Amino acid sequence: MTTVTILRVVTKILMPYILLFGLYVQFHGDFGPGGGFQAGVIFAAGIILYALVYGLNSAIRIAPPVVLESLFALGVLIFAGTGVATMLMGGHFLDYNALSPHDPIHGQHWGLMAVEFGVGMAVASGMTLIYFAFAGRERVR
Amino acid sequence: MEHLPVLLIVVPLMAAPLCVLIRQPTLVMGFALVVIWSCPLMAATLLQRVLADGTISYAIGGWPAPYGIEYRVDALNAFVLLFVSSLGAAVLSYAPRSIAREIPQSKHHLFVTSYLLCLTGLMGMTITGDLFNVFVFLEISSLSSYALISLGRHRRALTAAFQYLILGTVGATFILIGIGLLYQMTGTLNMADMAERLRDVTGVRTVLVAFAFLSVGLALKMALFPLHLWLPDAYAFAPSAVTAFIAATSTKVSVYVLLRFVFSVFGVGFAFDTLGLDRILLPLALVGIFVASTVAIFQQNIKRMLAYSSVAQVGYMVLGISFASVNGLTASIVHMFNHALMKGGLFMAMGCIAFRLGSVDLDRMRGIGRTMPVTMALWVVGGLGLIGIPVTAGFISKWYLIMAALEQDRWVVAALVLVSSLLALVYILRVVEVAYFQEPAEGDAHVTEAPMSLLVPTGLVIGATLFFGLQTSWSAGVARVAAESLLGLSR
Repeated sequence: MTTVTILRVVTKILMPYILLFGLYVQFHGDFGPGGGFQAGVIFAAGIILYALVYGLNSAIRIAPPVVLESLFALGVLIFAGTGVATMLMGGHFLDYNALSPHDPIHGQHWGLMAVEFGVGMAVASGMTLIYFAFAGRERVR
Repeated sequence: MEHLPVLLIVVPLMAAPLCVLIRQPTLVMGFALVVIWSCPLMAATLLQRVLADGTISYAIGGWPAPYGIEYRVDALNAFVLLFVSSLGAAVLSYAPRSIAREIPQSKHHLFVTSYLLCLTGLMGMTITGDLFNVFVFLEISSLSSYALISLGRHRRALTAAFQYLILGTVGATFILIGIGLLYQMTGTLNMADMAERLRDVTGVRTVLVAFAFLSVGLALKMALFPLHLWLPDAYAFAPSAVTAFIAATSTKVSVYVLLRFVFSVFGVGFAFDTLGLDRILLPLALVGIFVASTVAIFQQNIKRMLAYSSVAQVGYMVLGISFASVNGLTASIVHMFNHALMKGGLFMAMGCIAFRLGSVDLDRMRGIGRTMPVTMALWVVGGLGLIGIPVTAGFISKWYLIMAALEQDRWVVAALVLVSSLLALVYILRVVEVAYFQEPAEGDAHVTEAPMSLLVPTGLVIGATLFFGLQTSWSAGVARVAAESLLGLSR
């Protein structure tokens, strides 16, 4: 039982850093290596680690599948919605320049941020859902 | 309205996640129906504009054509977009009653989501002028169709979906390898740009290998004999609405992509004169028509029988391509459209029968011509189309096909096309005999006609096969314009 204690304690210590690193990769993605997909995977890895050590039920309590499903859909909507926003502001679909008429570089920056945020959200919830589906076949609908 | 090409894709794409957020089954279905009927309207506008003003190009993200992703609409893909979206909308209008019987209610919103994603994928493959984008949309449509097929009531739906997943993934991988090799040789992913650059490297082995991978991958996705093995189970065990939708659209879009690759990217000269593509397509198509039609005759499950008939009908489309002439391509393109209507309508009628009988076995269909007269009448009209009786749409396809064969003095091929129609006659008549000339079984005597919410969409689709059997100037006319532009004879 001692190993389990070690695992539990180490997981508790590591969890915040994993999630934080996920957010770092997400929001620093346009200056360094990273981006929405990688960030989403790292973030989901944190939750999956929690599920592995503390059991599926605890993980489902902090990340209910219904919420994950909605976040998954919302992530796709953010991506496509950014494209629609650029169209409404007079550009082509996903033409980020249109987001900031004065400074196209800023437009590109904001557009990418928004799109990558959507990707990160969809990937993080998608990966977690896939894990839940495999780990608890009947339990997650 | 300059955004129309991308809106056609974005509208169903965004509606799909919205369905997940709405969740409530009735609201989801109402919302999805409004969205999906906007697609044929947009596609019709596009087709009208393309026929009037020529090719439309749309640069995603404002990046100009060879560098960014380009959506490129010409007569051929506008026509495919129109019938794919129309059939998608017609089948979804039919779906609410049908899935209420066949899919648990907790999964209805996911069914609608997958359905919209599948339609998005199919239309995306059609509209895009970018090779890698074709693969991305192919994956979207394939993954959602695996999910749709697995929703079938019978447990074998799961194995059917899994089998399709394995073979479909092999096909998609082959297509991706082909695209990768082409990218390596030319450094571009834009179809028009690649067609230019491929001229300098025609004889290179990498291009030959790329062509081989692409054609085998696409043959798998379109279920060309002998790569059709995933199709019968997938069609037989999927929910009725899913079978109608996938049978009407999926294989046609793969045939379209093959046309696009062979004629717009590689060029007729390379594919037919250098490589002799017709020498492989022609025998495969003919053998496929005969083998699949013969197998269809011996099926007890009528959905599976129609699935084998689909394999045979893909043979007719590929036969038209193998002639590489205006008439041959017209036959192929118009048959994509006609077969989408006929097979969509037939599977919808099968859905009506499954709705009342709970089964699609031939034994259970005894006397159904009396208990469900309207459904069965619609089924017979669709079946006559498959045989190619005059006045139905199927006749138009065969007419062009035989003309194309005769103008190249291929008498044997023309004769074989006619003989193969007799096989279709056999499997259709076999059902007619059971349905009209046998007494209903004890337990099935009380069966009544299917509800109007199922009959009206079915009737509209089957009615369209008669309409386009008489009024051919539109369907065959657009197909001819498309065929001429593929062969580089116009514009």
